[in-house]
Amino acid sequence: MATLNSNIPSGPLAEKWEHHKFYTKLINPANKRKYKIIVVGAGLAGASASATLAELGYEVHNFVFHDSPRRAHSVAAQGGINAAKNYQNDGDSVHRLFYDTIKGGDFRAREANVHRLAEVSVNIIDQCAAQGVPFAREYGGLLDNRSFGGAQVSRTFYARGQTGQQLLLGAYSALNRNIANGGVKSYTHAEMLDLVVVDGHAKGIIVRNLQTGEITRHNGDAVVLATGGYGNVYNLSTYARGANVTASWRAYKRGACFGNPCYTQIHPTCIPVSGDYQSKLTLMSESLRNDGRVWVPKRKEDCKKAPQDIAEGDRDYYLERMYSAFGNLAPRDIASRAAKTVCDEGRGVGETGLGVYLDFSAAIQRLGEGKVRERYGNLFAMYQEITNENAYQTPMRIYPAVHYTMGGLWVDYNLMSNVPGLFVLGEANFSDHGANRLGASALMQGLSDGYFVLPATISGYLAGQNPGKRPTTDNGSFKEAEENVQTMTKRLLGNKGKRTPDSFHKELGKLMWEHCGMARNEASLQKGIKAIGALREAYWKEVNVLGESNDWNQSLERAGRIADFIELGELMCRDALMREESCGGHFREEYQYTPDDPETKQGLVNPGDVKRRDDQFAFVAGWEYAGAPDKAPILNKEPLVYEEVKMSTRSYK
Amino acid sequence: MNIVDRIWNSSLGKKYLMALTGGALFVFLIGHLVGNLQVFGPPDLINGYAHFLKSKPGLLWGARLGLLACVALHIASAVTLAQLNAAARPQPYATKGAYGASKASQYMLPTGVVIAAFVVYHLAHFTVLLPGVNGVGDFTKLKTVLHGEEIPDVYAMMVLGLQVPWVCVFYLIAQALLFTHLGHGLAAMFQSLGFRDHVWWPRIQCFAKAASIALLIGYSIIPVAICLRVVGSDYVERKKYDLKAANSQPAPALVAVQGKEAK
Amino acid sequence: MKVTLKVWRQKNRNTPGSFKTYESPELNENMSFLEMLDVVNEALANRGEEPIAFDHDCREGICGTCSLVIDGKPHGPHKGIATCQTYMRSFKDGDEIVVEPFRAKAFPLIKDLVCDRKAFDRIQHAGGFITVRTGAAPDANSIPVPKENADLAMDAAQCIGCGACVAACKNASAMLFVSAKISHLGLMPQGQPERYKRAKAMVDQMDAEGFGACTVTGSCEAVCPKEISLDFIARMNRDYGVALLKGDPKAIKGGGAG
Repeated sequence: MATLNSNIPSGPLAEKWEHHKFYTKLINPANKRKYKIIVVGAGLAGASASATLAELGYEVHNFVFHDSPRRAHSVAAQGGINAAKNYQNDGDSVHRLFYDTIKGGDFRAREANVHRLAEVSVNIIDQCAAQGVPFAREYGGLLDNRSFGGAQVSRTFYARGQTGQQLLLGAYSALNRNIANGGVKSYTHAEMLDLVVVDGHAKGIIVRNLQTGEITRHNGDAVVLATGGYGNVYNLSTYARGANVTASWRAYKRGACFGNPCYTQIHPTCIPVSGDYQSKLTLMSESLRNDGRVWVPKRKEDCKKAPQDIAEGDRDYYLERMYSAFGNLAPRDIASRAAKTVCDEGRGVGETGLGVYLDFSAAIQRLGEGKVRERYGNLFAMYQEITNENAYQTPMRIYPAVHYTMGGLWVDYNLMSNVPGLFVLGEANFSDHGANRLGASALMQGLSDGYFVLPATISGYLAGQNPGKRPTTDNGSFKEAEENVQTMTKRLLGNKGKRTPDSFHKELGKLMWEHCGMARNEASLQKGIKAIGALREAYWKEVNVLGESNDWNQSLERAGRIADFIELGELMCRDALMREESCGGHFREEYQYTPDDPETKQGLVNPGDVKRRDDQFAFVAGWEYAGAPDKAPILNKEPLVYEEVKMSTRSYK
Repeated sequence: MNIVDRIWNSSLGKKYLMALTGGALFVFLIGHLVGNLQVFGPPDLINGYAHFLKSKPGLLWGARLGLLACVALHIASAVTLAQLNAAARPQPYATKGAYGASKASQYMLPTGVVIAAFVVYHLAHFTVLLPGVNGVGDFTKLKTVLHGEEIPDVYAMMVLGLQVPWVCVFYLIAQALLFTHLGHGLAAMFQSLGFRDHVWWPRIQCFAKAASIALLIGYSIIPVAICLRVVGSDYVERKKYDLKAANSQPAPALVAVQGKEAK
Repeated sequence: MKVTLKVWRQKNRNTPGSFKTYESPELNENMSFLEMLDVVNEALANRGEEPIAFDHDCREGICGTCSLVIDGKPHGPHKGIATCQTYMRSFKDGDEIVVEPFRAKAFPLIKDLVCDRKAFDRIQHAGGFITVRTGAAPDANSIPVPKENADLAMDAAQCIGCGACVAACKNASAMLFVSAKISHLGLMPQGQPERYKRAKAMVDQMDAEGFGACTVTGSCEAVCPKEISLDFIARMNRDYGVALLKGDPKAIKGGGAG
C-alpha cells in the first residue's frame, strides 16, 4: 500500500504557504547547478516551471513530443485567467477566489492547495504582464477584466479569445530565454515512454525520438511531469488529437498513485457530433450563454421540425425553468447534465438527436444583429465554418463534450507524488479543482504550479539528495525501463492483427461515453469495466500497427497511447463505481436529490441535483497499480480535512 | 561587425540598399524626364540644356558615377537576393499558387533585367552615340550652333533616333516595364525602409501608382510624338543631316544647309 | 462525395519522393480536410499500406501544427483559417486535390507531408523574449499600455507559428513570422529595453536559417490563418535599421566582484 501523506503545513490557512516557504530547505547557489531536473511537457505548467527552475540555477532538461514547445494544448484556452487582483473594486479578494474555487469544485479539493492557488494568482498576472502578454486594456492603459463562468465578480483577465495562446507564448518566451542562455536543454519530438525509478526515487525517463525512433535514457535528480489531461480517453473531446495520458500512465505503472480519475469536466457548449468520421469536438465559448437561450421542444414529435416552425409555447427553456436564479448561466456540470437529461427524454434536436438549441433570436430582437455580431461575431463565423449554418437566422445546436479532467496523478502539498522525486504539475495532477473546475481557473493553476509553487517546493526534496550523485544511465533500472519500452514497441509492431489502433480508440470512446460519461450508475459501470477489459485483451490480439520503429511513425505513436487509454478507461470506471456519491462532474444516478429531501423542500436544490455524501466520500482516491493491467488496482485514501470552510450543499438555484 | 558588412550580409540590409538606390534612381528619372520634356520646346531649349550639362564636367561625371554606382548596387543586391531566394526553396511546388501577390511584385527581376538592357541600349544610343545601334547613322555628326558656339544637336539626335519605328517600340516597351517595376518598387521602397503603417500604406500605394503613371506618360509621349512626326520632323527635314558617311571620314561631318545657322 | 488525392509521398529526408494518387472512400461534406485524410489513412491501413504522414494537433486553428499546401495554397482555399478548419464542402464531388508539404530549405522534410519547423524556434531563442525573471515583476497595473498599442501588439501576437507565410512566399521568406514576433514585443513598453537588440538578433538568426528575403508580394499575408499584416514587416525593417545605425553597445571594461 502506498502512503498518501498530503504534507499540508500547519498553521492558519492564510499563512500556511508563507510559513512553508520559509521552512522549506534551500539549496546553496553553488550546488544548484549540480542538480539536473527533467521536465516533461511545455504547456503553461511545464514551460513556466522549466524557465523558472533554470533561472534559479538548476540544470533543466525539457522534453516535448511536439515539434515545438509552443504547440502544447494550453494554447487553445479561450476565455481567460482568474486572479484576485480586485482591480474592479467589486469586492474580490484572495479569500473570495479561494472560496469560489473550493465551492465550484464541490468541496472535493484540498483546502490548503486551493488557498495557495488564490494567493499566487495575483503574482501570475504581474509576471505575465511583465513578459509582454498583450492582455486586454482599458483606454487608460490599465488592465481590463470580465466576469466569466457565472462568477459574481469580474476577476478574469483575457487577451481577446486567445488567452491561453498568449499566456503560453509568454511562458514559451521565458523558456526560450533560458534555452538561449544554456539554462534549459530542449528536446522536441521527444516522447517520454517510461519513468525510471531507482531505489524508490524517480531518477530518469526513457524517451523516444519521434523523428528517428531512437530510444534514449535520461537521468536526473528529479522528474517533473506537466503532461496535461487525459480527456482523449473518450476519443471525441475538445482536446488536441495528440493529447495523451502516456507519461502519467507509465508513471502510474511505476508506482505513482492516480488521483480521482473519474472526475471529468464535460463542457456544455460544444458543436454536436455530426458523423462517425469525426475526430474532434469544437468548443464554443461559454460567453455565448450570456445572451443565448437554451431550449428543446416540449414534445418529441417536434424534434424533426425546423426550429422556426416550433411555436414559442411548445419550447422548453429548461435551464431557465430549472435554475431560475442562474438560468442559462448555470455552472458547466449542471448545464451539461441538463442537456443530457432532455436528450435522453428523446427531445434532442439535430440529425443525431444529441443536441439542444442555443437561440439568439431574443438577443437579436433586444440588441439588434449588429450588437450581437460585435460581441460574438467570431464565434458565429466559426460555427458557420463548421456546420454551414447561419446562427443569426437559425439557432445554434450545441451539446456537451469532454473538456478537462480534474483527476490526475496524486500529489502532496509540494506537488510531489507518492514516488519521491516525481513531481506533477498542471492538469496532469489531481490537485486544485476538486470534482469540477470553474471557468478561467485552469490557466491559473498551470502557471501557479510552474512559476511559483514547484520552484519553491522542489528544493525541499533536492536538499535530501547528494548534489552530483544521481544514478547514471548505466544503472540497472534504466536498462530495465529501456527494455520495457523496446518490448512494447516490438510487440505492437510485431502483432499482425487486422484492426487499426484508431478503430480501438473509437470503440473505447463510445464505451467510455456510454458507461462513464455524464451520468453513471453501478450496473452500467460494471458493464463498462467488463467491456473495456475485453477491449484491452482484444487490442493486443487484433491490433495492426504498420511501419517501422526507427522512423517517423504516427501509427506506432498512437498505438502506444491508445493502449494506455484503454487501461486508464478501466480505472476511471472503477473509480466512478467506487465513488458512491455524486459530486461536481461525477454524477451517479443513484445519488441525486429527490423531491422528498429536506434540501429540495427548502428550495436549495432541484430534484436531480448531485448529492454528495461527505460522511463517507470526503477523500481523495489514490489508485495504485497492482502490477498487471488485469489485476484490480489498490485504493488508497487521503481524507479531505477542512479546517477553515464548512462543506455545504452547492446551490446555484 | 561593422555596418557595411551588416548591410551587405543581411537580407534586410540588402533590401535597404535596393530601396535607397531605387529611390535615388527614381529621383534621377524625374530629373531626366524634366530635361527630356524640353524636346517639346524650341530646339535651342534642349540643346542649350544639354550644352549646359556638358559644360560642367565635374558635376556631370559626379552624377554619372553616382548613378552608375546606384545602378550597380541595385543590380548587385537584386542578383544576390535572387540567388538567396532561389536557394531558400530548392524544391519547387508542383502547383503554382502565388496567392495575394500582384503580377508586378512577382516579376520584379524580369522587368528589372529588361529595363537594365534598355538602359545599356539607351546609353549606347544617346550617350556613347554608337552608330551601329540606332538604325540611322553617326549621331556624333549632329552639330548645331548656339550663341555662336558649335555644340551637339541633341534635339535632332532625339528626333532622328526616335523616328525609327523599332527603336520607338523598344522605348515604349521599356517604359511599360518601368511602369510596372515602379508601381511595385516605389511602394515596396517605403516598406523596405520601414515607412509604413495601416494609415500610410494606402497613401503610399496611391503615390506609387500616381508617380509611376506620371513617369509612364511623361516618358512615352516623347517617342510617340516624335515617331508620329508631331515633334521635330520639320526641323530635321530642314537640316537634312547626312549621317551615312563613314566614321573614318574626318570632320566636318556637319553639312550646314541653312545659312543662318552656319557660322 | 468522393475525391481523388494526389499526395506527396516521401519516406524520409534522404529518399526522393513522388506524387501518389489515391481515390478517397465515400466522404461527407461536413468532414474537415484532416478528417478526410484520417478516413483515407484508415482505408490505406486496412489495405496494409502505410498511412500518409501529416502534421496536426489541436484541429481548431490555434496550435499551428497543421500545414499542407492544398492545390497550391497553404492551408487550403479559404482566407484566414488553417487546414484543420477547412471542410470538404469547399470541394466538389470528383475533384482532384493536390496535396504537398510546405517547401523551404529551412523547413526540411521529415516524411510525406511533415516538415521540420524548428528554425522558427531557433529564431525565437535568439531574442523572442523580454528578460524578466519569475518573481521580479512589478504590479501589472504599474505599467500602463495604451490600448491602441496593446491591440496592435495582440494583432501581431496572434501568430500561430504555422509557417504558411514561408510556404506561400515565392522566396520562402520568414519575414512575416519574425516581424510579428518582433512587433508584438516591440510594441509593449515592457519590450522597449531590448527592442533593437532583439530585432537584430532575430533577423540575423532568420538569415542564418536560410530563409529568403522579402519582395513585398503579400502572399504571406494572404495565406496567414491569422491575417497578420505586412505592416509588421515594415516595423521590423525600421527597428532593424535603427539597430544597425545604433551599432553594437560599448563593451564593458574591467568588472569582477567588488
